[in-house]
Amino acid sequence: MTAAPRNVRLLYFAWVREKIGRDAETVELPSDVVTVSDLVDWLEQRGPEYGEAFARRNVVRAAVDRTHVKPSALLGTAREVAFFPPVTGG
Amino acid sequence: MAVCVQTDDFDVAAETEKLIGARTDIGAVVTFTGRVREGEGDKRITSMTLEHYPDMTEAEMSRIEAEAHARWPLQATTLIHRVGELRPGEQIVLVIAASAHRQAAFEAAAFLMDFLKTRAPFWKKEMLLNGDSAWVDARETDDNAAGRWG
Repeated sequence: MTAAPRNVRLLYFAWVREKIGRDAETVELPSDVVTVSDLVDWLEQRGPEYGEAFARRNVVRAAVDRTHVKPSALLGTAREVAFFPPVTGG
Repeated sequence: MAVCVQTDDFDVAAETEKLIGARTDIGAVVTFTGRVREGEGDKRITSMTLEHYPDMTEAEMSRIEAEAHARWPLQATTLIHRVGELRPGEQIVLVIAASAHRQAAFEAAAFLMDFLKTRAPFWKKEMLLNGDSAWVDARETDDNAAGRWG
């Protein structure tokens, strides 16, 4: 029995968006992508633009379903994952 | 309680009146207005553009506001943050904290600003006088300021 495909909407903001060259995409996650950190590993293999965006891995922040999370956070049944630089509002 | 992300400017007096109105249980109102600075030396800007995460921004601002209400006895609060292109001298952010007494209002206004700066998903890109543009780096001092609330 194979698990149902997990389609996740990915969003990119600020210089992460500029380096990747798009602001959003939908991907089907392999079953071994369990955490946010796994997702970054997987994205980095998709092309040099991802490697560029995540070169400073400890700097890039993530939100799962619109809530801030740490790299170790489980993706579970997440519908939307966003990657962005540390925020600079205010 | 009210949070708003908007491109339009805001009027501090009008927003205060909207929040307080005829209420007589409020003895202290602290307002904080953030404005765009031109910069100094060789790093002067002509404008800045604020990007945000539309589906998350107001939800995160509401979480920050609810946290302030859980920590202090607040009667009412307003958080407004502008997005889009802004020029030096323009208003960018407004926080109003209203309480029966001043200490809660002062502290809550500082808390709200510290967390808006470190949690709300906004990003500033500066357009420099020499034609270059650059994303603003997050400041460690802002993280330290947010960290003092424990």
